Amino acid sequence: MNKDQRHLNVTAIENGTVIDHIPANNVFKVLHILNLENNKNQVLFGDNLDSHKYGKKGLIKVSNTYFAANEINKIALVAPTATFIEIKNFEVVTKKQVEVPDQIRTIVKCFNPNCITNVENVPSLFTVVDKEQIKLLCHYCEKITGKNSIVFV
Amino acid sequence: MKGKNLVSITDFSKDEYLRIVNIAADFEKNPNQKLLNDHVVASLFFEPSTRTRLSFETAANRLGARVVGFSDSGSTSVKKGESLKDTIIMVSGYADIIVMRHPREGAARWASEVSSVPVINAGDGANQHPTQCLLDMYSIMQTQGTLDNLHIAFIGDLKYGRTVHSLVQAMCNFNATFHLVSPEQLKLPSSNKMHIKNNNLKYHQYTELADIMPIADIVYMTRIQQERFSDPLEYEKVKNSYVLTKSMLEGCKPNMKILHPLPRINEISEDVDETPQAFYFKQAENGVYVRQALLAAIAGVK
Repeated sequence: MNKDQRHLNVTAIENGTVIDHIPANNVFKVLHILNLENNKNQVLFGDNLDSHKYGKKGLIKVSNTYFAANEINKIALVAPTATFIEIKNFEVVTKKQVEVPDQIRTIVKCFNPNCITNVENVPSLFTVVDKEQIKLLCHYCEKITGKNSIVFV
Repeated sequence: MKGKNLVSITDFSKDEYLRIVNIAADFEKNPNQKLLNDHVVASLFFEPSTRTRLSFETAANRLGARVVGFSDSGSTSVKKGESLKDTIIMVSGYADIIVMRHPREGAARWASEVSSVPVINAGDGANQHPTQCLLDMYSIMQTQGTLDNLHIAFIGDLKYGRTVHSLVQAMCNFNATFHLVSPEQLKLPSSNKMHIKNNNLKYHQYTELADIMPIADIVYMTRIQQERFSDPLEYEKVKNSYVLTKSMLEGCKPNMKILHPLPRINEISEDVDETPQAFYFKQAENGVYVRQALLAAIAGVK
């Protein structure tokens, strides 16, 4: 393999998704939330890459994988600035922005230790009551988990 | 309302609150109505309670229903490690309505999602206690003749008092003005104040009990619990500053009534019991009529 081909392997994908503009150091959280830890396709990622817009950023490239809107919005809590770029035949087909969803299921832990979701095997469910500040109202205990208390399951 | 769950006070609409209040008034006039002869009510108290359990079971009995259940999870298979989900699925195969109290917040919501029969929340940790709220509303209606445009003062532990949280939410439907009296560390949580703000209603915060006496139509007292304070000295400082005595009632509005979810410890001195303002024991009695109304409405016979 010559040097150019190796370079190409890292920078371009034939078919799949590029997730760009992930806040630096949140790449691993995004990999986890999108369950890319168990993806069988080629997954490339970088962290603390130079970014014109944000200074530093993270980036993920996944071959042969596309994400539905509800999956894209799952990462809103850790990467609200991210862009999902769909690639087909080396060409950019669409670009999708992350939007904070109305509800968050299963991925966040309720911060209230006495909440039933932290005691029994109950999947968590939150209504996003403040999309700017990120305030999550637990469907079960009705307590609000704020941005700084968010822990991913 | 037939077949509906009551987990959080916000599960019911304003019309439904008023309907329960009206049906309760009917049961107060005529308590023994055997409308639920063919019903079994499960009374599942995973945590001890006196008033709530006894008034629910009295209500079911006055309606002619049979009651099964337990008053302490120590004598059940919960002790063997059975999940709440399994217990509820099983009981919903036996009974027509489940009444439950549980120490964990959100337990009743979860139960209502796995149960095949209606679930009434009789208290889930520090979260909700909607039947207490309905009986508070019934008592307010009974003493004031209306639920609209009242000045309601809440005194004591407004941070952890679940009856306060539910009643604040419910009274937001009736153009209430809220007067909140508490020590600094036990103020009403911001999630609750959000309800007031979202309804464009007013609230005022105080640290002195005497300040609200000339204004309030309803004085809702709560108990300040020692275990809420990490510093015992802090508790000693505030514990006696929220005690209502007979002499403090001078200058109150003629229609003013004192409510308390009970048990009372020392926050209302006993000389208040004899005054025309004291309403807390009648309020506890009202719990039976309101729970009769709820059971009958959810069973679809009223």
